[in-house]
Amino acid sequence: MTYDLKLRVWRGDASGGALRDYTVPVDDGEVVLDAVHHLQAREAGDMAVRWNCKAGKCGSCSAEINGRPRLMCLARLSTFERDEPITITPLRTFPVVKDLVTDVGFNYRKAAEVPAFSPSAAQPQAPFKMAQIDVERSQEFRKCIECFLCQDTCHVIRDHEDNKAAFSGPRFFIRYAELEMHPNDDGDRRQLVQQERGLGLCNITKCCSEVCPEHIKITDNGIIPMKERVADVRYDPVRFFRRRQGNPS
Amino acid sequence: MTDHEHHAYDVVVIGAGGAGLRAAIAAHEAGARTAVICKSLLGKAHTVMAEGGIAAAMGNLYSEDNWKVHFRDTMRGGKLLNHWRMAEIHAQEAPERVWELEQWGALFDRTAEGLISQRDFGGHRYARLAHVGDRTGLEMIRTLQQRTVSLGIDVFMECTVTDLLKDGDRIAGAFGYWRESGRFVVFEAPAVILATGGIGKSWQVTSNSWEYTGDGHALALRAGATLVNMEFVQFHPTGMVWPPSVRGILVTESVRGDGGVLRNSEGKRFMFDYIPEFFKAETADTEAEADRWYEDKRNNRRPPELLPRDEVARAINSEIKAGRGSPHGGVFLDIASRRSAEYIQKRLPSMYHQFMELAEVDITADPMEVGPTCHYVMGGVEVDPDTGSSLVEGLFAAGEVAGGMHGSNRLGGNSLGDLLVFGKRAGEHAAALAAGSAGAGSAGAGSAGAGSAGTAPKPQEEDLAAAGRRALAPFETEGGENPYSLHQTLQATMQDLVGIIRTEAEMQKALDTIGELAQRIEHLSVEGHRQYNPGWHLAIDLRNMLLVSEAVARAALERKESRGGHTRDDYPTTDDWWAKRNVIVALEGGAVTIRQQPLPVMPPELAKLLEVSQ
Amino acid sequence: MQPTISGTVLLAFIAYSTWAAFANSDYFARPYISPFYSPCLASICGSARAGSQHVSAPHVGIFGPWWAISPAILVLIFPLGFRLTCYYYRRAYYRAFWQSPPACAVGEPHKRYSGETRFPLILQNFHRYFFYFGLIFNAILTYDAVVSFRSTTDKWGHMGLGTVVLVVNAALLWLYSLSCHSCRHIVGGRLKHFSRHPIRFKFWGVVTKLNSRHMQLAWASLIFVALTDLYVRLVASGTITDPRFF
Repeated sequence: MTYDLKLRVWRGDASGGALRDYTVPVDDGEVVLDAVHHLQAREAGDMAVRWNCKAGKCGSCSAEINGRPRLMCLARLSTFERDEPITITPLRTFPVVKDLVTDVGFNYRKAAEVPAFSPSAAQPQAPFKMAQIDVERSQEFRKCIECFLCQDTCHVIRDHEDNKAAFSGPRFFIRYAELEMHPNDDGDRRQLVQQERGLGLCNITKCCSEVCPEHIKITDNGIIPMKERVADVRYDPVRFFRRRQGNPS
Repeated sequence: MTDHEHHAYDVVVIGAGGAGLRAAIAAHEAGARTAVICKSLLGKAHTVMAEGGIAAAMGNLYSEDNWKVHFRDTMRGGKLLNHWRMAEIHAQEAPERVWELEQWGALFDRTAEGLISQRDFGGHRYARLAHVGDRTGLEMIRTLQQRTVSLGIDVFMECTVTDLLKDGDRIAGAFGYWRESGRFVVFEAPAVILATGGIGKSWQVTSNSWEYTGDGHALALRAGATLVNMEFVQFHPTGMVWPPSVRGILVTESVRGDGGVLRNSEGKRFMFDYIPEFFKAETADTEAEADRWYEDKRNNRRPPELLPRDEVARAINSEIKAGRGSPHGGVFLDIASRRSAEYIQKRLPSMYHQFMELAEVDITADPMEVGPTCHYVMGGVEVDPDTGSSLVEGLFAAGEVAGGMHGSNRLGGNSLGDLLVFGKRAGEHAAALAAGSAGAGSAGAGSAGAGSAGTAPKPQEEDLAAAGRRALAPFETEGGENPYSLHQTLQATMQDLVGIIRTEAEMQKALDTIGELAQRIEHLSVEGHRQYNPGWHLAIDLRNMLLVSEAVARAALERKESRGGHTRDDYPTTDDWWAKRNVIVALEGGAVTIRQQPLPVMPPELAKLLEVSQ
Repeated sequence: MQPTISGTVLLAFIAYSTWAAFANSDYFARPYISPFYSPCLASICGSARAGSQHVSAPHVGIFGPWWAISPAILVLIFPLGFRLTCYYYRRAYYRAFWQSPPACAVGEPHKRYSGETRFPLILQNFHRYFFYFGLIFNAILTYDAVVSFRSTTDKWGHMGLGTVVLVVNAALLWLYSLSCHSCRHIVGGRLKHFSRHPIRFKFWGVVTKLNSRHMQLAWASLIFVALTDLYVRLVASGTITDPRFF
């Protein structure tokens, strides 16, 4: 069944912009991204929006819908009140390029800082032997579709531009966790992630886990285990003492 | 040179999916200065949509498996129209390429012994697909992306190439625009690798994203290269049909590989009625045998649900046409009644998630509704199997945009392997060619040049100006047509007239409409300015879609038989004469031309492998 | 849980426990001892006020008669520290009291933010030591629960409502401690290869399951420990009589 949906979409660019009201005919069973596409095809051909797979697998169509960071392709219209307008704004943490498109280069710069996977001395050359139970923890983090909603919602950088330089964000904390837990990786990134990637800035308020469309337990399975691993190497007096004795654990 | 932004490289790769990234890594490792250009952000390429796995005869579960069996399966799946040499290389090199991903950090699911686990898929004799749940494509793209980034390869994100540049007969670079700013950018390079993927966005019901506009196919034609097998378009048998917003989105073949069956509205497992003669010997003809196969593959034949995709898609199509479809015009895909909820969630997590989130269907409790969706084009740039080089010097192609490997129908799981195997080869050979031509950017790359050392090809000033004019034309027209509605017309035309089942009259009609659209496309107008303007981007992409659609329709009209991904109502059977011919598409004087070309001759020792050995 | 609700409950608990800890009376009614006052390290427990009388509560006299204020102060720092540095409570009170952030994607009112990188919040990293101490307390409270099966005349085979309360309290505290993130790490999370440590992997699996209920266990054990104190207090002061089952 078709009905008229009221949309309020932020239109503008780096120099400024405003919410603009639209009405588009939509169908039952459609998602917010469909409504945006109808809008593009009918009256806003130049409205900028990123999207690719339209199935929650690529993580391109991130936006803030009624103030909540979400993927537009997974926001079913049936979950909204029909006569209430739906407000769509670009991700707030990143600089606007145009309309719903933001400059997410921050994330790509942080990605480039991650030291690559380094195979262990015991098994330097694939094919590796690795048990399923040993790869599962890292596999959870590799489900990440890089929608950057966790980065967007994280108050450490959302509200504090000055923290951006020293903070990699939840997406990359689980990347570090993935490498730390990789059964055939020999690297030790614990000091790095605490001292230079800003793990200590995270106060585990879990907004990242709440917005993750892949339902990755970013905080419980990624960040907290990383904080504990960091504690092993930095905040453990016993180990600290043993290191002083020239007796590395 | 013009005042456009200008870059010089040895190798420029267009496309950052599996093939593009693998090619870039190979070119970089061969010492070439390499750039990757992609229309979307890095890591969003269509490869992430691949679910099932990478077919590679590693023999981790069945030691009987080897490249020869894989080769045979691939050739038979493609109804023997594949370029034998590509199928051979692919089957031989796929395991190495999979292990390489593991070397770079990929985490595949494991067997009890700790090796890479392999799963069953349609058309493969043995469980052969290396996989990670049902998100293998994501694992692959992330691994390649992370490798690319750690090697420091330059990536130009959200940048679209509109034209290839030539110097005489040689490739000299590429011309494009930044999507963000709309500003033009020129890449000067003696070697360009097309890795742009497919063409599905010209159909209405498709699993493909907006990027799949056939850019590489069209760029190759315009640069003077040829396309092969363009009549073969794969309709994946199982796409979602409901709700409308997800129509066409893929439901992985792994559902069937892991035990799911297809039923019609009468509850009948109808695939037993559609086993073709060609596959009779290797397909179970009773439900009991089919069900035993999941446990004991040595003594039972495969269930008919796991026939190659073309067969299954046609069968579903027939059931729906006969009025035995599901409420929303599909058929039922049922795994809920056959496997435990726990098993389904473990093996098919993203399918579970996808149906839950998008359709509010719990696949551990209820059957899915599925129907065919345009998924993949077997046809593509005609390339040299060993090097990936097209007929144009300096122009390479790898992955879906290249043709020949899959013949008339691609087996599931053979695409990801194809990307890796031929991506790597194209990257290496492009780097070698660039080294030999003392490329513009080679800055003493140090690689002792193979081949004829010569002067570097240079883009021509007038070509740059013309490319810029063409790109900006939609801004010049006032009150012209809306590119979105033109796109919808094209999609409806291809869907209705050049779909799964084709006839001469319908394809003629499609060609008429395409011809008419080609006129109308000259008078598109777009609103707004050049900064991140999707309307303008679509207007540019539409040219490619139209050209490629015409290539498909003309090739399909030419092939007067039914085979693989090309089914004609007016020529419903395979034909021995056509079994030995490829249809080649070229662009001559601005017109799409068609010619037939004999298949390359297979060496007898390979031909022997094709005999069915049950 | 909503920050306002969790904030209110936390404040209520703090108010009650502060009062109860300083009350220095009505914490022992044979055989029940309030969890706030166990273990008692001061000799004044030898003559603890209960209603209008004085009773001898179990104690070790590390702190002599010179320690005249409530003996609860001596031990409460440990469970308090455990909960204060707990990953779940951190989230709750950062959100509720610090407004950092007040809610997801809602602007926070602070100009600068340094997270847990500086003193004092850097001390949150010592959570695991409070966890270890917490285990000692759990053992003592378990002992208290066990001896509550003795009657007022020290005969085994008694059970009153107070016994049930003490047992449930000890059980909840164990579950809360074992579901702790640090515990999960120590038990097995820190391992790189589960496959080489099958027993620890099993433990890790159990703790992981408990861990997913850490929030619920945190609240349940918090509220119940206050209720346990309240129950003992009511019995000790003579306000109610402990119903006896056998």
